[in-house]
Amino acid sequence: MKSIYSIFFFAIIMASLLFTDAIAIDDIPQYFVPPPPFSEGIFPCSECHKDMEVNTNRRELSFHEDIKLKHHAEEQRWCLDCHNPTDRDKLRLASGKLIPFTESYYLCGQCHGTHFRDWKAGVHGKRTGMWNGKKEYRLCVHCHNPHQPRFKPLEPLPPPIRPEDNKYRKLTEENIPLNPISSISEKVYSISEKKLEDSNAKRNKK
Amino acid sequence: MPKEIKNNILQKSCNRRTFLKGAALGLASLAIPIGTSDASIWESFFQKHFREMNEDEIRSVIERLEKEYEKKYKTHFNIKATEPLPGVLYGYGLDISRCIGCRRCVYACVKENNQSRDPQIHWITVLRFKKGEKWVSVLEEAEKYYYPDKVPEDGYFYMPVQCQQCENSPCQRVCPTQATFKQQDGIVVIDYNWCIGCRYCMAACPYGARHFNWGEPRIPKNELNTEVHYLGNRPRYKGVVEKCTFCIQRVRGNPARYPACVEICPVGARKFGNLLDPKSEIRYCIENKRVFRLKEDLNTSPKFYYFFAT
Repeated sequence: MKSIYSIFFFAIIMASLLFTDAIAIDDIPQYFVPPPPFSEGIFPCSECHKDMEVNTNRRELSFHEDIKLKHHAEEQRWCLDCHNPTDRDKLRLASGKLIPFTESYYLCGQCHGTHFRDWKAGVHGKRTGMWNGKKEYRLCVHCHNPHQPRFKPLEPLPPPIRPEDNKYRKLTEENIPLNPISSISEKVYSISEKKLEDSNAKRNKK
Repeated sequence: MPKEIKNNILQKSCNRRTFLKGAALGLASLAIPIGTSDASIWESFFQKHFREMNEDEIRSVIERLEKEYEKKYKTHFNIKATEPLPGVLYGYGLDISRCIGCRRCVYACVKENNQSRDPQIHWITVLRFKKGEKWVSVLEEAEKYYYPDKVPEDGYFYMPVQCQQCENSPCQRVCPTQATFKQQDGIVVIDYNWCIGCRYCMAACPYGARHFNWGEPRIPKNELNTEVHYLGNRPRYKGVVEKCTFCIQRVRGNPARYPACVEICPVGARKFGNLLDPKSEIRYCIENKRVFRLKEDLNTSPKFYYFFAT
C-alpha cells in the first residue's frame, strides 16, 4: 500500500515539475517567424564546409567576399564567434549551445538584451498578423543585416500636394493619380503572406 | 366677398391667398426629383441616426448603400457594420526614435481607406522637425513637404500625426448633428450620411486630423478597397468630413488584423493594442518607455501615445 502511495506522490511531483517547465516555455511566446533571409543557394553551409578544414585564423576570405563586417568593434569579432566551426549549419552561443538559424534571436539577444526583451514583448521591430491573435514576428536579421546591422536609408514617398499647386486641378476622370505605394517592392520589410504561410506550415509539421 | 375674375367660365372663385398657396405647392413639387430617382433618395433622406437604428434598419441601409455604390463605382462593395468588441479600448503607440519619415504609412492608409486621390486627402501627416529646436509647442511651423532623396536625414526627426481618438474629443462635442461620436471601444467615428459638412469639428480638432471633401472624391477604379465598414472606409461623398478610424474595418473582430499603417511601417515604429489588456504591446510601451501624448494640456485625453524606445 505504502509503495502505491509513494508512486502516486512521485507521479504528482513529476507532473508538477513538467507543468512548471511548461510555464517556463510558455513564457517565451510562439514566434511565427519566416525563414531566415539567406542569399540564394548558400544554405546548407555544410554542403561546402564538410570537406574543409577549420581555419580559425583571421584572414581575407576568398569565398564570402560579399560579407563586409561592419558591426561595431570589428577588431574583436570574427566569423567563428557566432558561426559554429564543426557543424556549420548551426550558430553557437557564447555558452557553447548550438542553435539553428531559425532561432538566431537568441544569438543577438546575448548582447542586445534590452532589444531582445522589447522584441519578445512585440515592441521592438515590426509585427503583422492579428493584434489579438497569432502575431507574426520577424527575425532580427530580416531588418538588420547581421554583418552590417545599421538600418539602410530609404527613399521617401512623395509629399502631400500643396493647396496652391494648381497643376493637379487639370486632371481628367481617366487621369487620377495612382497610389505610389503600389510601386514599392521592399522584400525585406514586407514578407509576402504566401511565404509566411509556407514557413508556418513547415513549423507546424515539425 | 372677393372680386370675381372676369370671364371666369367655370364661375369658380380664386382669391390671392389660395393662388399663392397653390403656386407654392406646385413649385415645391418641381423640386422633387421624380424622373431621376427611385425610392433610395427618400430612404436616404429619412434615414435615422446610426445609434438609433436597430439591426434590421442598419441592414437595409447597408443594402441600399451597396446598390448605390454598385451603380456609382461599378463594383460590389462589402459593407460591414461590426459592433465594438467588449472589453476592448484601442490604443496606439508610435516610436518617435524609430520613425524615419518614409511616408509608407500615409499611402498605405490612402489605399486601405479609399481616400480621394484628387482632390487629395491624407489622413496621416508626417511632420519633420530639426533636432534641438522647439517642436511640440510650434507644431504649425513643422515641415510637412520635405522630399529628400533618402530618409532619415541627418539632424532631423519625424513625427506622424493622425486622429488621436481622444477620450474627451472636442470634435464630437461641437458636432451639431451628432454625426461624429465615440463608440465603446474608443474609436471616434463619423456617419457620412449624417454629416452636413459644417466643419465645426475641423475647427475644434487641435491635431488637424479631420479632412473635408471639397470636391467629389475620385479614386482609380482598380485601387478601390471594397472591404469596407459603414463608419469607416466606405467611399465618402462630396461635402463630408473624414478622418482616421484606426482601420475600424480591420481591427474589429476576433482575431483581427493590425491597422494598415502598422502593417506597412518598415521600421516597426507603430504599435497597436488593447489598453485594457495588461499583456498588450501598447501597455508594455506605456509601462516601460518614456511616453507622451500630443497637446496633453488641452485635456483631450488622446489614446495615441508617442514614445521613445531607446
